[in-house]
This record gives sequence, structure tokens and C-alpha cells, in this order.
Amino acid sequence: MSAITALRSRNLLGIADLTPDEIELVLETALAMKEIGTRPIKKVPTLRGRTVVNLFFEASTRTRISFELAEKRLSADTLGITTAGSSVVKGETLADTARTLEAMAPDMIVVRHAASGAAQMLARVCRASIINAGDGTHEHPTQALLDAFTMREAKGRLAGLRVAIIGDLQHSRVLRSNAQLLTKMGAEVRACGPATLLPLGLDRLGVHVTSSMDAALEGADVVMMLRLQHERMHGLYLPSVREYFVQFGLTPQRLERAAPDAIVMHPGPMNRGVEIDSAVADGPWSVILDQVANGVAVRMAVLYLLAGGDAEA
Amino acid sequence: MAIVMDADRISRSLTRIAHEIHERNRGVGDLAFVGIRARGVPIAARLAADLRQIAGVDVPTGALDITLYRDDLMRTSVAPQPVVRRTEIPFSIDGRHILLVDDVLYTGRTIRAALDALIDYGRPNAIQLVVLVDRGHRELPIRADYVGRNIPTSRQQSVQVRLLEIDGRDEVEVEG
Repeated sequence: MSAITALRSRNLLGIADLTPDEIELVLETALAMKEIGTRPIKKVPTLRGRTVVNLFFEASTRTRISFELAEKRLSADTLGITTAGSSVVKGETLADTARTLEAMAPDMIVVRHAASGAAQMLARVCRASIINAGDGTHEHPTQALLDAFTMREAKGRLAGLRVAIIGDLQHSRVLRSNAQLLTKMGAEVRACGPATLLPLGLDRLGVHVTSSMDAALEGADVVMMLRLQHERMHGLYLPSVREYFVQFGLTPQRLERAAPDAIVMHPGPMNRGVEIDSAVADGPWSVILDQVANGVAVRMAVLYLLAGGDAEA
Repeated sequence: MAIVMDADRISRSLTRIAHEIHERNRGVGDLAFVGIRARGVPIAARLAADLRQIAGVDVPTGALDITLYRDDLMRTSVAPQPVVRRTEIPFSIDGRHILLVDDVLYTGRTIRAALDALIDYGRPNAIQLVVLVDRGHRELPIRADYVGRNIPTSRQQSVQVRLLEIDGRDEVEVEG
């Protein structure tokens, strides 16, 4: 049982700000929220009269839908703002939008933006609680929380788990959030990807970095594949997609190196035949659809916990 | 301060209530207990055990968390959110006679929330309310069908029900 009953901050900007106790509280609250999804009436009146704005400056289907469903299940009023195109001068657009939104006095803003630090910037200027739904290559905290929830559901624990995170490390906010969460909770994280897609300073997050996929997979309890993010690649990182699959694609044969009861995860959307073979994605190891289902419960937990006041007040 | 019920008294009250439940619901096939977290849950389990002894019937038992239905949530912007626990009702409540169980009946607001929560699980034929202690001061038109003990209190006092399963001993204490 969690040692605390509230989060310290009114925003969720990144895993970096959370303590292990706070992570535990979110995961435990999510367990109660998951049960709501099994009822005949999948809705509770908790956030009635609260307004939540979903501000998406970047394409997103599952995260946006997942937040929307979580908000609706808690009876919040939701407002979706989707802005296509990210070639505009980001800081200016964001600040202007923030001011406009403030005038409408929302209680919470869920924001996704292509610029790292966008959520922080909003948190500085807005009175509403800010939830980061992905900012550039920085963080995606609710994804890491739902991944942890799914791992614990399948494995019963986080501490001591060997987790291999494989793929496009350079552009992955999923990696950054997951690596921080998992090391905080006592798991062993191995990050693996092509040398051209290795960001600097990864070892400072407490993860073991390797470019050998076999080494990363050896005895792993959890294999998390990352999406090759073509849209963020503005240089020559890879010879070809085909060669990438040969070196870093997850196939049933490759997976034999992992623990016999290993689970396979993917934050979606998947590039089948690029980072993951269909036989794996649809195979018995896959918990990819559980991740989607758990995402709603975890986001409900976050919305509920942030809707309260400060623990220190 | 004052212990108003000891372990023996609690046990005898619950046995009496189990007899009353049996008496009043004779011939009613589909009874089920739903305990309100936290202390309604062990009380419901004890009543189910008593009923098994008295009538030889197995009555299913569930646990209800009413946190998300509270009417004082979101009213203040300063207090942290209460902790949400799991609701576990491993049976359909449609068409059943539900015995809703709590430790203390006071303003009636918890029961109001519990009724709202229960209705979201289905449509029971009837809901009856069982409480170990009724301390008065109702703020809503709610009354209990089975009461372990009526204890007159002032609003300044607090009533603590302690149960073996949660607190390590059985007693009811009026403080203040």
C-alpha cells in the first residue's frame, strides 16, 4: 500500500518530478480505476463540472482517445483542440493559445507538443493543472506509468525486472520517461538501438546502453520495442528500413534469448516489419493491447489525483 | 474515552442482526451483502458467517468503495484527494436483495454515495441498510433497517469502530 495519499505537484510534467511513493500512488489508484471499465455503467461522477482541455499540437490517436475516454469516465467536460502542422514558430503559438485558453478557465490542460519543454512552459503561464501528453523528445509520463502498470500486472512487480528497450532511442520520449520510472522503481533497464540513433547522456539515466540486440535481450523479462520515428528524422540515420529490421527487428527467433515468460510491449503505433515482426506483435508474448486498455485507467488515476489540492496545503 | 461496545457486545449485536435478516428475508433467494470500505467489509463477512450458521445459506459478499461518489470531493481546492480503493462485487446485483453494510450511520451522506454507486452496477430488487452503530444527526432522509446499537452523540464527538480484522481488536469508542 502506498505510503502517501497525494501528489506534491498540481501538474504532471514528467517522471523526473515524481518520487517512488508518488508513482506507487498513481499505480494503486489506477487499479481501482480499472475496475470501473468492467462495470455495466462505465462512468463515475467524480469530475462533474470540471473542464479539461485536450490540446494536441501533434498527431496522436491513441493518447488523445485514451485521455478523452478517461475524462469522460470521470464525468469531466472535455474540449479537444487539435492543431495540425508544426512548422509555425512554436513558442509564440503556444503562448498565444495558452492565453486564449486561460480566458476560458479550464481546470486541466492535457498538452502534446513537438517542442521539448512545451508542458513546462504552459505550467508557468496557466492556472490550470497541466498534464504532459508528450513533449518533443523529452517526456511522455502517462505512457511510462501505463507501461509500468502493465508490467506489474503481468509480472507482479517492478523491482528486479530486466527490461530491454529497443529501437529509435534518439527520438524517444517514451524511453526517457520509462528509463527514469523503471530505475526509480528498482528495475534494470537496457537500452539498445543503432549507433546513429543513440542520444548522448543516456547512461546518466541509469540505463545500460548497448548496440547489440542479443545482449539487450539476454534473459529479459520485458521487451519494449520503440517505433522508428520517420517524421522526426531529418538526416541520414539508417541505410534502409529493411536493414534496420534485419538488425533490430524483433522476431520470434530473436525473442528466444529473452526469459521464457517474457512479455513484449510497444507504445504504438507499430511499424510491422520495421521494428517488430507480426508474429511477435500478435503472438502470446504480446501485451500491446493490454497497454492500450490500461492507459485509460492510468490516465483516470492521474486526472483524479491532480484534481485535488496540494498535499502540503 | 468511553468504550460503548466491547467485543462480546459487538458479536452479540451482529448475531442478532443476522437472525433479523434471516427472519425478514425468509424465502428471499437472492440475498447478497455489500460492505462499504473500510469497516463495512469485515462486518459484512461476519454477518455472512453468522447467517451460514443460523440458516445454512451461503450469501455472497462484496466490497464497495464510495470515494468517487462522495459529495464533498472537489468542493475545496486545498485538500488532497482521498485515496481510492477497489470495489469488488464478484456477482451481478440485478434482481437481488442487497444488504448494504457500514460501521457507523451519521449524516447519511456516505449511504447516499453508496446507493448511487450500487445503482451503477445494476438494478437490485431491494436494498436494505445494516449498521453497527447509529449515532444520529442525519442530514438526508435515510434510515437503517438493522441497527446494532443506537448511541446518542453530540456533533462534536467522534465514534470510532475498531475491528479485529483491521485494528487488531473489537470495540466501539465515543471520543470527545
